[in-house]
Amino acid sequence: MGNALPVLIIAFPLAGWLLNGLLGGRLPRRMVGLIGSGTVALSFLLALAVARRPEVAGDGWRVTLYTWIAAGEFALPFSLLVDRLSTVMILVVSGVGFLIHVYSIGYMGEDAAYSRYFAYLNLFIASMLLLVLGGSLLTLFVGWELVGLCSYLLIGFWFARPAAATAGRKAFVVNRIGDAAFLLGMVALALGAGTLEFDGVFAAMSDLAPATVTAITLLLFAGATGKSAQLPLYTWLPDAMEGPTPVSALIHAATMVTAGVYMVGRLYPLFAHAGLTLTVVAVVGGLTALFAATIALVQWDLKRVLAYSTISQLGYMFVGLGVFAPEAGMFHLTTQAFFKALLFLAAGSVMHAMGGVIDMRRLGALARPLRWTAIGFVLGALAMSGFPFFSGYFSKELILERAFEHGRGSLLLLVWVAGLATSFVTAAYITRAAMLTFAPPPAPDRPHDAHPHEAPPSMAAPMGVLAVLSVFGGILGAQTAGAPLLRWLEGFFQLEAHDAGAPVALTPLTVAVGLLGIAFGYLAYRGRRELPLGAVGVFFARHWGLQPLYDQVITGSARWVGTALADVVEVRLIDGAVNGLAALAGYAGGAVRRVQTGYVRHYAAAILGGTVLLLGYWLLR
Amino acid sequence: MSVPLGAYLVLSAALFTMGVTGVLVRRNALVVFMSIELMLNSVNLSFIAFARQLGRIEGQVSVFFVMVIAAVEVVVGLAIIVAIFRTRDTVDIDDVDLLRG
Repeated sequence: MGNALPVLIIAFPLAGWLLNGLLGGRLPRRMVGLIGSGTVALSFLLALAVARRPEVAGDGWRVTLYTWIAAGEFALPFSLLVDRLSTVMILVVSGVGFLIHVYSIGYMGEDAAYSRYFAYLNLFIASMLLLVLGGSLLTLFVGWELVGLCSYLLIGFWFARPAAATAGRKAFVVNRIGDAAFLLGMVALALGAGTLEFDGVFAAMSDLAPATVTAITLLLFAGATGKSAQLPLYTWLPDAMEGPTPVSALIHAATMVTAGVYMVGRLYPLFAHAGLTLTVVAVVGGLTALFAATIALVQWDLKRVLAYSTISQLGYMFVGLGVFAPEAGMFHLTTQAFFKALLFLAAGSVMHAMGGVIDMRRLGALARPLRWTAIGFVLGALAMSGFPFFSGYFSKELILERAFEHGRGSLLLLVWVAGLATSFVTAAYITRAAMLTFAPPPAPDRPHDAHPHEAPPSMAAPMGVLAVLSVFGGILGAQTAGAPLLRWLEGFFQLEAHDAGAPVALTPLTVAVGLLGIAFGYLAYRGRRELPLGAVGVFFARHWGLQPLYDQVITGSARWVGTALADVVEVRLIDGAVNGLAALAGYAGGAVRRVQTGYVRHYAAAILGGTVLLLGYWLLR
Repeated sequence: MSVPLGAYLVLSAALFTMGVTGVLVRRNALVVFMSIELMLNSVNLSFIAFARQLGRIEGQVSVFFVMVIAAVEVVVGLAIIVAIFRTRDTVDIDDVDLLRG
């Protein structure tokens, strides 16, 4: 029975998917919502129960279900692994996921495809749980791909809208690019280490050539850049806003984008074995953090601001992983899950109240009618900008501190500089978003017929819980409170105590930078709807010049190849062959149709002639 | 004085040729049908003649099979002819040429 617990954690949302997917259309709506969120709640409770098991805190609890692959020397059982790292993840995924499910009951209440929505949502949670509980890289990969599929289904949930369908396809294709690299890395690892089980890989990695390990980890990290929307594969995440807002919250907070961070954390011994890769991870993370934050500064769509902010925050997490502070990265993952989910749900609440309007140029002065939403958003914004003693403050602080210590005296210090600059930009853009949405004056073309109304309790309650977590979640990693989460994760990563060197009081600096950002945002947008940033703004809006590059060079050439294939190869070669064969059959049929006279005697004569010929042949040969 | 084998075979061949000619030239379905029977029975005749000549039983057995099959074929064939007559008021097989290419 005990062994069934980890399986059940995945099985419950999966059962919810089946129930809602097969029978949901016939169940009452209330029931569909209950099944959808109830199954995830059960998973969360089970995760809590599992986390208390003694073996989880020790070496980890491995549940082998059956032999999955047995091919010659290569054998792979299908196993689940519950240890300190995966416990944190299943708690975040099922906990935040549950809140988002509850929110969806209210948010999607009017949607016709209610049961389909909840079925997909449950499948999403189940896939992510499989991803984090997988005991081998291949099991993880199954979850990895399923998560990609679910994101496609949910981003394109309103598939009748061309933009949504396109965004879903884009997410799928861009992820596929990363997945190809991931698959290559996995095959290389299986060839080199002879196994894909995590324990086996770590045991075998010292026998591998350093160059091999570097290549493998770089390929795996390329996969992570796709899934976690880092440079250069970040483009799908902002478009993912086409899905329903709770889906965005789910993708950005609990499932999907954290998968890349988790994967690097899961294989941390392997990554730590390849120093170069970790440097790449840190540099990509730092660069992405600053890059995405500056883009967020010039977005007009509230959800897009949040999308770029997720990319930026994920960059922070990768910085944490890259500077030998994986527990800090995972800590930030957790706090980000809280405040990002809160921000998205608040944005969804705005959208709900304003009849689907999310362009900040058409909002403004919503603090009064949407008081609780505004409070939630501001709390989330403060947590994200690292306002002292909010949750984001502790995690971001820790990452920056470790980045500084790691980079001190080398060029890697630039990563810290980027992180610090990001801190300023982050505070600025989220303050801007809050001001444009909630502070007066109202936009001149704010929809007049929309009567902003506060969200129903099913939407307000999850926001309340998340607000509490965003404010107080930092306790998990606050040194004064004993930093339970950090201790817990340090027990997993078991890195040597880092050489801190002479401690530098960085905290005042980072806090000051964050406060400066908030002040900038406040003063710049107080009583104003727009602040022209000139050439810099254009530069940011064009993604530092990457946008034209992507559009023209990559998409353009791909389109050219596609057009060539469609117009030349498809029409001439393939259609030509098929149509040619058909025409040939037509001519041949036309030639021999004269034989088919319809007169029985002709057929009989033909039979007679044939018989005579055959007999003659036999007699004369 | 017994009849020589060759006489039977000549008679059989003559009957078979009449049958074939009937099938090929006649238009009345019933006559065509009778011609087919003629062909079958001409073959039966040569079977019997050989069986008698060689003193073996297989030829006679074959004849029984042919007769049974012929009886069955008559049932099916007449049913078809009746069906055609009912729908088209004719038994002229040259009028039944729906399968002309």
